[in-house]
This record gives sequence, C-alpha cells and structure tokens, in this order.
Amino acid sequence: MQITINGKIEQMDACTIDQLVRRQGLKPEALVVEHNRRIVQQAHWQEIQLREGDSLELLRFVGGG
Amino acid sequence: MSKDVLTIGGKVFTNRLFTGTGKFADNRLIAGMLASSGSQMITVALRRVDLSAGGDNILEYIPKSVTLLPNTSGARTAAEAVRIARIAREAGCGNFIKIEVITDTKYLMPDNYETLHATETLAKEGFVVLPYVLPDLPLAKRLENAGAAAVMPLGAPIGSNRGLETASLIALLVENCQVPVVVDAGIGRPSQAAAAMEMGADAVLVNTAIATAQDPVSMGRAFGMAVEAGRMAYLARLAEMSALARASSPLTGFLNE
Repeated sequence: MQITINGKIEQMDACTIDQLVRRQGLKPEALVVEHNRRIVQQAHWQEIQLREGDSLELLRFVGGG
Repeated sequence: MSKDVLTIGGKVFTNRLFTGTGKFADNRLIAGMLASSGSQMITVALRRVDLSAGGDNILEYIPKSVTLLPNTSGARTAAEAVRIARIAREAGCGNFIKIEVITDTKYLMPDNYETLHATETLAKEGFVVLPYVLPDLPLAKRLENAGAAAVMPLGAPIGSNRGLETASLIALLVENCQVPVVVDAGIGRPSQAAAAMEMGADAVLVNTAIATAQDPVSMGRAFGMAVEAGRMAYLARLAEMSALARASSPLTGFLNE
C-alpha cells in the first residue's frame, strides 16, 4: 500500500502505527505522531491500522529559540 | 520588600532569563547552562523526524522543573502556527506556546498580522500564548485583548546579536502593556540583557548569544547575573541623567581655602 510519511509517498506492507515506528527504529518516547491530521497518543498506536492513502507526520522536539 | 516574581500563565518564575535550546554544539551543555543561568523557561521547536537519521531527544536534557516553551517556528501562517501549537500540547509539553510566524526569509521578521490571528485562536483554546512580534504598541494592545499571556518584542533580528536596536519602541510597550513584556531575539551580550531589564522589561529570552558562545555554561551564568542586576536596578529606580556635570563631592571646605 501507499501512504504519505512526512510529505513523502512510501510503499509498505500493511501495519499499525506501532509496528511502523518499530520498523523504522524510532525512539517512541521522543516521537509525536499525527495520523490524517489527528494526533495519536502513544497508548493508541497499536490500535491504528494504516490504510492506503493515509497521511502520517512523525515529529519530534528539537533545539530551537 | 515582597519577593520579586514574574507570573505567566499561572506559573511563578523567580528568574527572568528565558533561554533557548537552538544551536548548541552539544545538547548536553543545555542542562549545565540551565543550572548556571538559573533559567526556568526554555524554548524548543517541533520538526519532522529524519527517517534515515533517527536522532536525539532534546527533552532528555531539560530538567522537569523547567517550563517548556515550544515555539511555532516554521509556521508561515496563523493556521500553521495553530496546528503546531496543538501538536506540541498533545505531545505533553504543557500549554505554553511561543507564537513565531515568519513569512520573510531575508530578515526573519515576525509577521504581526498572522501572529495576532494565531493568538486569538490559541488563547481561546486555553493556551498560555507568548507571541513573538515586532514592537508595535497598538498591536501589543490587540494581543493583550486577544488573551496573550505576555508580548515578546524583538530587540534586533533573530540571531544577529545586535542588541536593543528597537529600544525606544520597546519602551512604549513596557510603559503601556498590562501583560509582561519579554524582549526576545537579538540580545547578544549580558550588558544588553541588563539594559533591557533596566528599561523595565519583565524578562528577556536569549538563545544564540549563549548557545554559540565559546563556553555556553559560563555565558549562561553571565546572562543570569546581568538579568538579575538589571532587574534590581530597575526596582531601585535609576538616578536621573543630567546634561551637565554635577560634583559628587562637596564644593566647600577645601584644604586650600
């Protein structure tokens, strides 16, 4: 299936947000996930099955003034 | 004298130096800088994860006792700033937000119009809104009416270290605003931070000048001391200036009289 991650179209096998985060090797504690413009708390990552055409933003806090 | 504190969004700050997390050569310096400066509020930014690089978690370097002030940097419109603010709050970083909307990539001037609109929306949603603006008194009054918790006029362009180029305009805000005035951006030296506080600013926000100093921990301490000195001088009421010299010693009773 095709989904958009951080503005880029990616090809991937079906999975949940939780599985995607693990697959990408991202640190969950530092991560903020927006799924189709709705923020998903970490406790719910396992429940959200990604679907064709979904849009994900994977964000984190960085240094800034 | 009662203890001199600054209250913003229901939180009490005993230190009037706000700091930023940008541009540190090593993020481990942030904790040391916070300790040496005594700063109790610090900015962070929100960005997309680089999927190929992973990366550091900036929040690991900030003690829980320090108030996080996420900024909306990267926003070019009020709507984008509102979106970033909501994400930051959902991410568990509290409800403080520094609104920073920049449409001008050459001078990095804040867009006061978009910033006002974002403030109106976010204050209604219960955010503690600290808008970063060009010092403009009518706008500052509009921000106040919209529910801003403070106004943050720039002293000079972001990262320029040029100091209080807008001092006379900031003075109008200091004199007329009900909410705290925090001088943000452009402060390059502790003496400039002290000057802002002597003018009656309620706080200053310093990032570049500390983070890019050769020794950010010592520079943080220097800024902390300067802000404290400037505040103390303001509270002590500065003596008058005079165009002419006025002798400090008595002009009578000289030995040779």
